[in-house]
Amino acid sequence: MSKFALNTALPRYLRAEQERVEAVAREYGLDFFPVIFEILTYDQMNEIAAYGGFPSRYPHWRYGMEYEQLSKSYEYGLSKIYEMVINNNPSYAYLLEGNSLTDQKLVMAHVYAHVDFFKNNFCFRSTDLDQKGNIIDPVRKTSPYDPDRRWIDKMANHGSRVARHIERHGINKVEDFIDRCLSLENLIDPWQPFSGRGTTKKGDEEEDEKPIEVPRLRAKEYMESFINPEEYIEAKKKQLARDKPERKVPERPERDVLGFLLDHAPLERWERDVLEVIRDEALYFVPQRQTKIMNEGWAAYWHSKILTEKILDASEIIDYADNNAGVMATAPGRLNPYKVGVELFRYIEERWNKGRFGREWEECNDLDAKRSWDMRLGLGRQKIFQVRALYNDVTFIDEFLTPDFVLEQKLYTFGFSGRNDRFEIESRQFRDVKEKLLFSLTNFGDPYIRVIDANHQNRGELLLEHQHGGVDLRADYARETLVSLVRCWKRPVSVATRLDNKPVLLRYDGKEHSMTPYKL
Amino acid sequence: MRGTCLAAAQFVGQKEPPLDRICYTSEVSLKIDQDHGRFRQIVRGRIRQNLRKYISQGELVGRKGKDLVSIPIPHIDIPRFRYGDKQRGGVGQGDGNPGDPIHGGDEKQPGQGQAGSDAGDHILEVDVTLDELAAILGEELELPDIQDKGKNKISNAHDRYSGIRRVGPESLRHFKRTYREALKRMIASGTFQHDKPVVVPVPDDKRYRSWKTVTEPVANAVIIYMMDVSGSMGDEQKEIVRIESFWIDAWLTKQYKGLESRFIIHDAVAREVDRDTFFHTRESGGTMISSAYKLCSQIIDADYPPDEWNIYPFHFSDGDNWSMDDTLACVDVLKNKVLPRANMFAYGQVESPYGSGQFIKDLREHFGRDERVVTSEIRDKDGIVGSIKDFLGKGK
Repeated sequence: MSKFALNTALPRYLRAEQERVEAVAREYGLDFFPVIFEILTYDQMNEIAAYGGFPSRYPHWRYGMEYEQLSKSYEYGLSKIYEMVINNNPSYAYLLEGNSLTDQKLVMAHVYAHVDFFKNNFCFRSTDLDQKGNIIDPVRKTSPYDPDRRWIDKMANHGSRVARHIERHGINKVEDFIDRCLSLENLIDPWQPFSGRGTTKKGDEEEDEKPIEVPRLRAKEYMESFINPEEYIEAKKKQLARDKPERKVPERPERDVLGFLLDHAPLERWERDVLEVIRDEALYFVPQRQTKIMNEGWAAYWHSKILTEKILDASEIIDYADNNAGVMATAPGRLNPYKVGVELFRYIEERWNKGRFGREWEECNDLDAKRSWDMRLGLGRQKIFQVRALYNDVTFIDEFLTPDFVLEQKLYTFGFSGRNDRFEIESRQFRDVKEKLLFSLTNFGDPYIRVIDANHQNRGELLLEHQHGGVDLRADYARETLVSLVRCWKRPVSVATRLDNKPVLLRYDGKEHSMTPYKL
Repeated sequence: MRGTCLAAAQFVGQKEPPLDRICYTSEVSLKIDQDHGRFRQIVRGRIRQNLRKYISQGELVGRKGKDLVSIPIPHIDIPRFRYGDKQRGGVGQGDGNPGDPIHGGDEKQPGQGQAGSDAGDHILEVDVTLDELAAILGEELELPDIQDKGKNKISNAHDRYSGIRRVGPESLRHFKRTYREALKRMIASGTFQHDKPVVVPVPDDKRYRSWKTVTEPVANAVIIYMMDVSGSMGDEQKEIVRIESFWIDAWLTKQYKGLESRFIIHDAVAREVDRDTFFHTRESGGTMISSAYKLCSQIIDADYPPDEWNIYPFHFSDGDNWSMDDTLACVDVLKNKVLPRANMFAYGQVESPYGSGQFIKDLREHFGRDERVVTSEIRDKDGIVGSIKDFLGKGK
């Protein structure tokens, strides 16, 4: 079969470049899975990009939409995908056919840094398929570390599972259910693989089985019937049974709504299977969403280092710089993760090289001394390797964003001005910038939703809670999402939230929506 | 699609990535086409809902390139629990002071400051081919396919020389190929002498031209548009005519392989013009509708023998004719010259502040029972859809 297929293997001259780049990357201390490069035409590239990098996914129209968008914007010269790399062991990376040699080298260096990140950042441990149970210590690894991350196969498997259901139940039915599931896709617990929870504890259920023991007063055998009369014991038993706290489902608020539905919703078998596919894939993409700034910053840091120091010759520098500038470009109202990430890594490197950290540095108030502070520690490189292993975007920003950096990088916050009916710059204050940035990164900028009660008002209704952090839910979307939840739960579903500063309960009973004041 | 998915599944369980991984990518093209097609169908569904409003906006006359019309379609956004946009804002990077707008303030959905590379709510431009557009129009208005007058059998058979054979009549012998074969044979067998280059073909060397018979349907429909450009037809009325004729064009083009259009404008006299003039002429004067019908009849006489052509005369006017006499002349021309030869005759009356609108009543009086005459009143842009349905709904 493959004989007739398109040949996507690298041509020899690129293979030679790959070996060169790989050797340099290794020399710098990057530690990566084996990387397999393939070369694709732009439409193949757009196809694979539409599938999120995977050549085989379950069929769904949104990939078609994605494809249309990508190919349109490519054809009109608006954008172009240079590179794509999959977190898989071995990693697959795609090069775009027809790019200049300089571009291909840039992409290769970029890819090796990404793969180093996939392999070493702790968040990505959750994508190890051979990891049984929960990961208690994500930093500790086997040596040599060679995990099973054959996600390409797994995704293809998902594809054939869904295809089987489509064959049996029809595309419209299955696709409609997929749409419903996708509308719940963000209701997962990103830390579930590390949290030590998630598996139902057997112990609790066994406890239920035990007969209720009534504590008896101590008595000699012949006094027993007087001191602990039979009637009293019976009455007490009944009372205890009555008073026994109803076992609540879930026992504590559950963030993994999808997992909860999988365990408890009355789904048909194919529905459960589809939902499981959606949840698995959503969890797979979690680490990449958690580390977007770091991952891109890390890759940008290394492609520029590797290319300018070791790979490029003088004739290629201009092309490289032109291209690199395009990647780093900033646009109003948009934060370029490449730019912020790479600048922050460089900033950290400089600080640790010059010893600008620790108590002495923090307590120094002399601006002049601070400006010329250089203890020649040379710890920068070591520090950034440590950072790339132990942080994610939230902790990265939280710990290393400084007022100086915000000023230097001209960061600002913006918001919607109702008065002028437009988005405006609001502030350049460090506090504001950091707060807003962290807010947009925390939980990927999505609201926190938890399952509170699966037997709301003792009617088998599902009750969710939105932990209101100052920003309202978008009400029309919330209502639509409730419809999806009812589709799975098959009973009325409510979500408790706040709208315009009033606590309300949004409810959908399968026929109509309602909104009532509510206090948890 | 099913086949591809199953084929992909066969890799599962292999320790090494299969050597013929390449076939992943070769099969993708099939897969994405499926998904893409599905998306297009959904988008088409969306167009359907908005069609009414959409036609009336008159945005679509922009004929792009050969046959593409560009239509903005919103990105389909799957609803999720998420924050309301306007309370949200985000973090950006660059110059500017607090209070400065972030690019063109009127843009409703700027990129969100979310640190991801989410596409945001971009408006996606989807190109729909004219053919598709006509299909949508047909579905939406429940237009029947046109029942041909039985003339679509008219087709020309061409003989096209497209290949080479080893047998054939001598008159079709391919001289050059024959000698080339002979030369090849002689060189291969070693009988060719360089100092004495004589090439002698034997019967096996002979090559003949071969042909295929291709039948092509003849362009067999013509629309003759007639428009009143007298003083009472304002810009708005012309705009309505323009939009309506665009859609009629689109529909009939889909129905007939080759479609010709002719354009006649008239006030007190009629003359034939090109498409551009037809839509942009600003004239004034009186109105003699019969002049247009006579010219229409002459055009049919000259170029479109009715047994070979499906003929569609469309006339748009504000219904204000010069005199009753002229109206009678019109009826006469229609009855005796145009109708016997046309598939149907369509009259669209655009409402104008000046016109009396009498003509449509006269037509209805004279042709009330005649199915070949279709009349329709177009009050304003919203009336266009109904009018198209009137005209094309009979499947003639």
